[in-house]
Amino acid sequence: MQNVEQIVNGQKLFLKPEYQEVLKNKKEFESNMGSVDPSKVDEISEWTKSWDYREKNLSREAITVNPAKACQPLGAVMASLGFENTMPYVHGSHGCVAYFRSYFTRHFKEPTPCVSDSMSESAAVFGGLANMKDGLRNCNAMYKPEMIAVSTTCMAEVIGDDLNAFVIGAREEAAGELDNTAITYAHTPSFVGSHITGYDNMMKGILEQLNPDVSQKVLDEERINIIPGFEPYLGSLAEVKEIAAMFGDKIVMIGDHEAQWNTGAGEYQLYSGGTSLADAKTAINAKATISLQKYSTIQTAKTIKNIWKQEYVTSNPIGLSGTDAFVMKLSELTGKPVPEELKKLRSQLVDAMQDSYPYMHGKKFAIYGDPDFLLGLVSFIVEMGGIPTHILCHNAPRKGWEDDMKKILSKSLWKDECNIWAGKDLWHLRSLLFTEPVDFLIGNVYGKELYRDTGIPLIRIGFPIFDRHHLHRYSISGYKGALNLLTWITNAVLDQLDEETKTIAQTDYFFDCVR
Amino acid sequence: MGPLNLENLQKEAIAEVLESYPEKLSKNRAKHLGVDSPEESKGACDTSRSNKQTVPGVMSQRGCAYAGSKGVVWGPVKDMIHISHGPIGCGQYSRAGRRNYYIGTTGIDTFVTMNFSTDFTEKDIVFGGDKKLKKALEEIDVLFPLNNGITIQSECPIGLIGDDIQAVAKKYKSETSKPTIAVSCEGFRGVSQSLGHHIANDMIRDEIMPDDSARKDFENTPYDVAIVGDYNIGGDAWSSRILLEEMGLRVIAQWSGDATYKEMAIAPKAKLNLLHCYRSMNYIARHMEQEFGVPWIEYNFFGPTKTTESLRKIAAMFDETVQAKTEEVIAKYTAMTDEVIAKYRPKLEGKTVMLYVGGLRPRHVIGAYEDLGMEVIGTGYEFGHGDDYKRTKEEIARSTLIYDDVNEYELEAFVKKLKPDLVASGVKEKYVFQKMGLPFRQMHSWDYSGPYHGYDAFAIFAKDMDLAMNSPVWSHTKAPWDTEEKGA
Repeated sequence: MQNVEQIVNGQKLFLKPEYQEVLKNKKEFESNMGSVDPSKVDEISEWTKSWDYREKNLSREAITVNPAKACQPLGAVMASLGFENTMPYVHGSHGCVAYFRSYFTRHFKEPTPCVSDSMSESAAVFGGLANMKDGLRNCNAMYKPEMIAVSTTCMAEVIGDDLNAFVIGAREEAAGELDNTAITYAHTPSFVGSHITGYDNMMKGILEQLNPDVSQKVLDEERINIIPGFEPYLGSLAEVKEIAAMFGDKIVMIGDHEAQWNTGAGEYQLYSGGTSLADAKTAINAKATISLQKYSTIQTAKTIKNIWKQEYVTSNPIGLSGTDAFVMKLSELTGKPVPEELKKLRSQLVDAMQDSYPYMHGKKFAIYGDPDFLLGLVSFIVEMGGIPTHILCHNAPRKGWEDDMKKILSKSLWKDECNIWAGKDLWHLRSLLFTEPVDFLIGNVYGKELYRDTGIPLIRIGFPIFDRHHLHRYSISGYKGALNLLTWITNAVLDQLDEETKTIAQTDYFFDCVR
Repeated sequence: MGPLNLENLQKEAIAEVLESYPEKLSKNRAKHLGVDSPEESKGACDTSRSNKQTVPGVMSQRGCAYAGSKGVVWGPVKDMIHISHGPIGCGQYSRAGRRNYYIGTTGIDTFVTMNFSTDFTEKDIVFGGDKKLKKALEEIDVLFPLNNGITIQSECPIGLIGDDIQAVAKKYKSETSKPTIAVSCEGFRGVSQSLGHHIANDMIRDEIMPDDSARKDFENTPYDVAIVGDYNIGGDAWSSRILLEEMGLRVIAQWSGDATYKEMAIAPKAKLNLLHCYRSMNYIARHMEQEFGVPWIEYNFFGPTKTTESLRKIAAMFDETVQAKTEEVIAKYTAMTDEVIAKYRPKLEGKTVMLYVGGLRPRHVIGAYEDLGMEVIGTGYEFGHGDDYKRTKEEIARSTLIYDDVNEYELEAFVKKLKPDLVASGVKEKYVFQKMGLPFRQMHSWDYSGPYHGYDAFAIFAKDMDLAMNSPVWSHTKAPWDTEEKGA
């Protein structure tokens, strides 16, 4: 029973003997093997660590177990929230929107505005036009957005709703109520690609639909656009903007969701920050667009390059060489030399890398996440002399990504020990970790169970992270971002070293105060 | 605030929201909003519309049928594997978020926090996914040989592309003689999670209840009961179970938090089914009554007053030995909960609370707050039906604002108007209100604490409410240079 002086929650309550008794009594009625024959659990448990299991596991074709990707409209919601006073509107059933909002909110610990038009059985039969007609008007009246950015759930895609026609139809019937609201849209079927595909489609839709025809383009030689991609690190957005500002005041981030998920205490703001629609509408006039995530902007790139006839480059500012390339690209595009401040930041980063290198050098890492995130992180691990033993990308793009990764690995001292696992999930990774173990695992919250099962420490870098606070506030991009990566990884190595050496009178001779 | 003032304020709050709406929206929402009090003869609890389509274009907090089936009813059954059948998202967003605690070796003999998906691609949509599903079932049995059955939880496309998952499941079951259960809980069905609960219950009825293999040799006692509709969030069912066992009852099944297939199958052997979440499992309780003659009663284990009432109600269904033991249990724990109340009530007395949750909590937790001297002045259900609202009438203690399927805009407006001291709702709402400087507790996940069911759990509930209300962090919202009060 609880001691009122020292009330404990479930963590410790259920360790009390009377509750252990309850759990023991329950086994009599249970059918899971742990209650029936625990030795069988041990046997299968051991088998799952074997090469035999690994082969069977890696030959899976139909069932995905513990994925490391999500679906398109999630990315569309992030893209939409990168614009000022914009309400993401998901055309389809509302359960999806409840999921997107919870997912982002659990990661950012911030509210996530997004509406749905609540399509149901009748919409499945008759189509969702009626829902959209009411939905856009209601959304507009209640949330007074400057723009409504419409994406779709798989339901709407399967029944074949035509967004272009629906938006026109809804406007016609809105008795003028929607006249002053921009409505952009993108089809984002969940059964194609992943959340980064949805980001791409929504970004493309917004830019195409807000900008005038290429014939009306007025070139602005000083204007440069930067598209961040599906970036869960708000600090990265801030740092990229800071670097860009050193090269000019007409470098504009397109899809800047930093402020939306970083509002202060005091009052609730539905919308916060974001790229102004004025800036979004003139994106076509820029001299060039830099995408920070090549594989989150494949379709958007086509609009910019082929329709807008604008210079389009990709540059992934994660790690030292990634940031160098980004900085040099800005210097080249603006014709300005690299500012002293950046030179200083770079030298400070390199200094820090040279201070800490012994701890990452030769350490084996398994890492998983989105394609561009991985290109950046692996590049940094290679720069530090770490070994990216397993690089797993569940949503790996079919073309180009593996070659890009191989190019990075070719610089590694251990390039033959590195494995790229495209299209594999985290249950595959479990087999890889048991059969070819590593020292550290880098990834999102779902790596937690791999840590529990394998004992390999998880360094939380990625999306989503639900069980640690505030990491998303930091940058992983730019020189300061690389310093954060260096700090997190080095200190995780040192924490593990302490963990392994803390046994009194046995290993603690190595439990050093100075490292 | 006097009762009349409170009621007026509540009515004003509704009127102001409705005024700001376009006509059609206003007309619709008016039917879902109202005020009720214990003295009222036909208030909002009797008249409110519920379980209707959500109006398009609003920020509803509702989920879908898949969430009701996979997320709520089936997902916690620990020794079965639940496939999210369709595109990748649904399973990912609903992975391991509900805190359905269980004991087991995850990935070997239990699977609750994992995510199994058929990860549909365009090809599966165009050509159908039945073959992929069959292969998925086979692969699962190779790689997870200790699973005690597989359920197939349909996502939206399945019902739209003409797949026949029932046939695939049936065939696989006949080939392997393992439970293989196809649940047609596509997200677009119905208006909320609620239909998903019902569909999930129907599949338990059709697929598990007829299986008498575990029941055949099961030795009954006259004291066997089953807990139905407790999802063991943060361990709720465990802190409930202990009380029933101390009363001299034997809990033979726990649905569906920490449940196993066998417990689902032997439940009809119980002398009495104890139903906690009426909304999500009344269907199967009714079925067991009709088919197997097992009576059921509802109970409420939130807060000592309701827990004690419920224990006596349960004991009354058994003999005097149980009743005598029950009084001992009540006496033993009441001594502790009295101390809890003595410790926390002075710090919480008179504080007002607004609730917005799903299932049973919009009414069941009122008693726990009132035990601490806290006053619930608003409550509503995401997916309740008329019978939930009728039952709410019995729980409210004062003039209460009733809001069905309230959207974020309305809840924000109501909170600004009524200025409660605490808002208790879900994660999507949490930070909205915290931004306003208002203490908030998540009442779906127990805000990563809990359990909240039973006497021991009440101590945790009280401590958590005190932590939320009396943390120094809320006092920092106003900067020293601010002259005006910030926040709600």
